[in-house]
Amino acid sequence: MADDERSRLLGIKSNLEHRAKIFELTRAFFCGNGFLELDTPVRVPSVAPESEIVPFSSEDWFLSTSPELYMKRLLAAGYDKIFQISHCFRKGEQGRYHNPEFTLLEWYRIGADYMQMVSDTEQLVLAIAAGLQTTPLIHYKNQTIDISTPWPRLTVHDVFVNVAGWDPVAELEPSRFDVDLVTRVVPSFVSDRPTVLLDYPAALASLARIKPDNPGVAERAEVFIGGLELANAYSELNDVQEQKQRFVAEIEKIWQKESYKASLSVKFLEAMVHLPACGGIALGMDRLVMLFCDAGSMAEVIPFTVDEA
Amino acid sequence: MATDIENVRKNSKLLINKTPFNVDDVEFMKPGKGRAIYRLRLRNLFDNSTVDSTYHSGEKVELADVTSNEIQYLYSEGDHYVFMDIVSFEQYFISDKIVGDKKNYLKDGTIVTGLMMDKRPIDITLPNFVELKVVESAVSSKTDTITAQNKSVVMETGLNIGVPSFIKEGDTIKIDTRTGVYVERITAKK
Repeated sequence: MADDERSRLLGIKSNLEHRAKIFELTRAFFCGNGFLELDTPVRVPSVAPESEIVPFSSEDWFLSTSPELYMKRLLAAGYDKIFQISHCFRKGEQGRYHNPEFTLLEWYRIGADYMQMVSDTEQLVLAIAAGLQTTPLIHYKNQTIDISTPWPRLTVHDVFVNVAGWDPVAELEPSRFDVDLVTRVVPSFVSDRPTVLLDYPAALASLARIKPDNPGVAERAEVFIGGLELANAYSELNDVQEQKQRFVAEIEKIWQKESYKASLSVKFLEAMVHLPACGGIALGMDRLVMLFCDAGSMAEVIPFTVDEA
Repeated sequence: MATDIENVRKNSKLLINKTPFNVDDVEFMKPGKGRAIYRLRLRNLFDNSTVDSTYHSGEKVELADVTSNEIQYLYSEGDHYVFMDIVSFEQYFISDKIVGDKKNYLKDGTIVTGLMMDKRPIDITLPNFVELKVVESAVSSKTDTITAQNKSVVMETGLNIGVPSFIKEGDTIKIDTRTGVYVERITAKK
């Protein structure tokens, strides 16, 4: 073993010990709240078509980008509170806060909406902090973050109008939205508290349902702590016709970009007919570990990132 | 050769408006469901100036067709420095502007890495350490301590450098070219 690898791996040992403890506390939190842990395929015949998420091919199948479609097939069959911690793969996502292979925590509740999923996230992060015997103060990158609940909530409309000077809900420019979000909006969040960003423009609904009393926005929320985008919650769309239309529109974009051979997941759409109203959320475990370890990059909490594999 | 921005890494060489740039840093940013944004810190290989530039996923960039060759310094002539490729024996005239302050570490026979574009050298990288002879040394003052690098000497290349007081004219010393700092004495004057 090369000396530099040895010293690199020993240097992150305490982070990896924290990582194991955080996974243990996460499982204990969900099991204690009556959730069933599940394990669905990592190698899959189709992924949810999203034009900005590119899967790796595995012969004529793909590596999973998220367990979402399988989790919803289980919900449609009558499972009511489920969670999964799984490795997911997204091509080209590599940087300080990204690794093409990463660990995603997803959980779902029948009868819940996106706000319930946000409050679950608040309770989960508090439970982990308690389990690690830290106070409700996280020290991350020279910021002291008070994680006591409820976390401040902001709507996309309000924060974009205030910080970026335009309203993406009235008229969306997708590329400008992404740039302004990461370069202006997120840096404007208060640094001593988590921030929940709510009510994304309907065009960015992805798999979330449209807000009944405001058709311009989707019931989608994102949680940010210490500048890290940590989790993405939905009141899940359960209208199969609308879902099919959204998938077809995304598939057209993917084909236009000649990105990969996207197709409709027929088994998912068949099951969706029986999907009850529910809430779901995906949380990046590697970033959660970064937060509790005061780590500036994925490489400090993953022993073998793509650069070291 | 064109490539997707996704393939650009730290130290990739890009060609932008016919000018070669080194990618000094890549910052990858992406909202979970949104488009990836790449912020590059680019260093102009002709004049060493840096500039930040933003790209989006799906964009293409031109890779500069550059290679690294081992070249040996032979002599200087006017405002040019003459090097020879140690494999092909081809000779290159590299201008003062490219060599810059690196000339302070060049003596006959020094082997450096030449960055070549269109078979033309556009930059040179010095070895991390060079050994040079002291040609001029002032007498050190009485308050000098042994370890402090407290007197200035002139090297055979004309470089001025701080060294410990025991270094004498005619000694050969090792210097770190990245910091310009004295490392150790190699041989004392016979």
